[in-house]
Amino acid sequence: MEAVVIRSLQPLIAVLRARGFTVAAPKIREKVIRMDEIVSESELPRGHGDEQAPGRYRLRERDDEMLFSFAASPDSAKRYTQPSSRTLFRIRGETVEEPEAEAPRVALLGMRACDLAALAVQDRVFLGGRHPDPDYRKRREALFLVAVNCAVPGGTCFCVSMGTGPKATAGYDLALTELAGPHRFVAEAGSAYGAEILRALPRVPAAQADLDAAEEVSRTAAEHMGRRVDTEGIKERVAGAHDSPRWQQVASRCLTCANCTMVCPTCFCTTVEDSTDFAEGAAERIERWDSCFTLGFSEAGGAPVRGSGAARYRQWLTHKFSTWFDQFGTSGCVGCGRCITWCPVGIDVTEELANLP
Amino acid sequence: MKAGTRQPLAEPDEPCRARAGSSPGPANGPVSDEARPMTPQLYRVRSRRADRVDTVTLRLTPVRGRCPPYRPGQFTMLYAPGVGEVPMSISGWARAGGYVHTIRAVGAVSGALCGKRPGDVVGVRGPYGTWWDIPAAAGMDVVVAAGGLGLAPLRPLVRELVRHRARYRRISVIAGTRTPTTLVYARELALWRGHGVDVQVTVDHPDHVWKGQVGLVTRLLDRIVFEPRRTFAFVCGPEAMMRATADDLVRRGVAARRVELSLERNMKCGLGWCGHCQLGPLFVCLDGPVLDYERAARLLAVEEL
Repeated sequence: MEAVVIRSLQPLIAVLRARGFTVAAPKIREKVIRMDEIVSESELPRGHGDEQAPGRYRLRERDDEMLFSFAASPDSAKRYTQPSSRTLFRIRGETVEEPEAEAPRVALLGMRACDLAALAVQDRVFLGGRHPDPDYRKRREALFLVAVNCAVPGGTCFCVSMGTGPKATAGYDLALTELAGPHRFVAEAGSAYGAEILRALPRVPAAQADLDAAEEVSRTAAEHMGRRVDTEGIKERVAGAHDSPRWQQVASRCLTCANCTMVCPTCFCTTVEDSTDFAEGAAERIERWDSCFTLGFSEAGGAPVRGSGAARYRQWLTHKFSTWFDQFGTSGCVGCGRCITWCPVGIDVTEELANLP
Repeated sequence: MKAGTRQPLAEPDEPCRARAGSSPGPANGPVSDEARPMTPQLYRVRSRRADRVDTVTLRLTPVRGRCPPYRPGQFTMLYAPGVGEVPMSISGWARAGGYVHTIRAVGAVSGALCGKRPGDVVGVRGPYGTWWDIPAAAGMDVVVAAGGLGLAPLRPLVRELVRHRARYRRISVIAGTRTPTTLVYARELALWRGHGVDVQVTVDHPDHVWKGQVGLVTRLLDRIVFEPRRTFAFVCGPEAMMRATADDLVRRGVAARRVELSLERNMKCGLGWCGHCQLGPLFVCLDGPVLDYERAARLLAVEEL
């Protein structure tokens, strides 16, 4: 299906809702642009942008009417593909009860190219291995993905270095590019279902001028990356740096708070927790997000394998940029910059990579 | 062992041949789409034998259905309802179709498992992981080195060697343990001696009746006979013990690729999902626990990896 131009997102939101999707989109909450349910275009952060830097996030008013002129939200699609907590089973006597896997039909409106790349990484983790996760598959298949090409990258973005953006090229149902003067969106379908949704909307064919303007948005965005990483030989370079004194240096600043792993769209580690309901006599097990920065993460035989902060930071960074390739054939980093922005002490992964031998 | 407790001296082991081929590799193909791999199957404790101080051996059979086949070296995720789940090496195959696990109480979960009595129910997932490459040892001298409870995952391996004794040249089992009373499978070790296996035991701390060797298990390498270039070794115990033993074997001329270790790491899933058991590029639950020293040496040499 050829690219089209749509004037408003309201019909799209309405059609998606009519088809049973909850629409989750960028929305201002406590001075941060988060992902949240919307029912109307008016809830989008019109005329707002953000300022992102190591350890710093500020909401900014803009002097325009644009709806998507900001960079990554601390929320990513991970919240929807891998819930932060879920019940695995309950045991009552000699009966095991498995709760129905929750797979809400959610349309994620405003996915960035880096977010789509992160979903592709997660797919490899949970579907590409020896033990595919049927619950992940259900949640993943219940999503409708509307990409919005990045126009204003943040100060911590480096998707160009990681080869994931700023223009969405795959993995979406619909891709939009927001244009000004007049305000409109160039829309393209990336799936049969996306094309079907698009046909249900008021639209006009895209003119060459619209397509050129959309290309210009992505070209300009690519030129405004806040950060860059030299990925040449990065897998070998990081793996070979295991005894670098730099790990101690970063550990002297790192709080091992796990924020970076919580906001990372590809970090997938989990732990389990057990409890017993004495009234009902049932034992329950839940799975929740975990982080390689916690001390208990590597505990075996009464002591942690990675007791020092340096070893834990090295594990995280080495996994992202080196051993992820061994395990899943791809980088574990998509260049979204969330870990830099939301690090309370502003540790900058791109700086740490540059400082390794 | 408690007086009056009658236990079979040894459950007949029947390591399953689920698949053809001999090299270690994935034991579990992709699961069916609807099965949820994090949900355990319920198993009933059929028998419980207290092995010395803080260790028990449980024989488990499925409450419903059949138990999947396993190969010596693999592990299960063993769940004490309401308490937690731990990876546990399989130390035998029960005749009635189930697993034998020898468990030492070192934490809340293993403590709860050790407290299980016949008739109680536990959860089992798996078996998972790689196995000892027993066929690769055919025609060779075989050295089996155990530290402490490291003997548990080696037990089904030795049974397999003994069953087909003629396939191997010399077989030596060397075992180190803290004190004479922490030695597990003492009667079985004696049984193996009668099957053409040189069994040597050393303790860290002797008591007044101990007349055997004292000191590190590596010292027993001087007391057994093997031709390094025609030797295959299986090693399991605390990591420091495994590295010392493997290094010693390699120094004596045994090829590192013919020295297999079984690693222990924190695991929450056994499936490659939870991320806890990573050792550099490896997931110990998928790529291990059994690894050859050619692959493991470089990784184990990095501190806190």
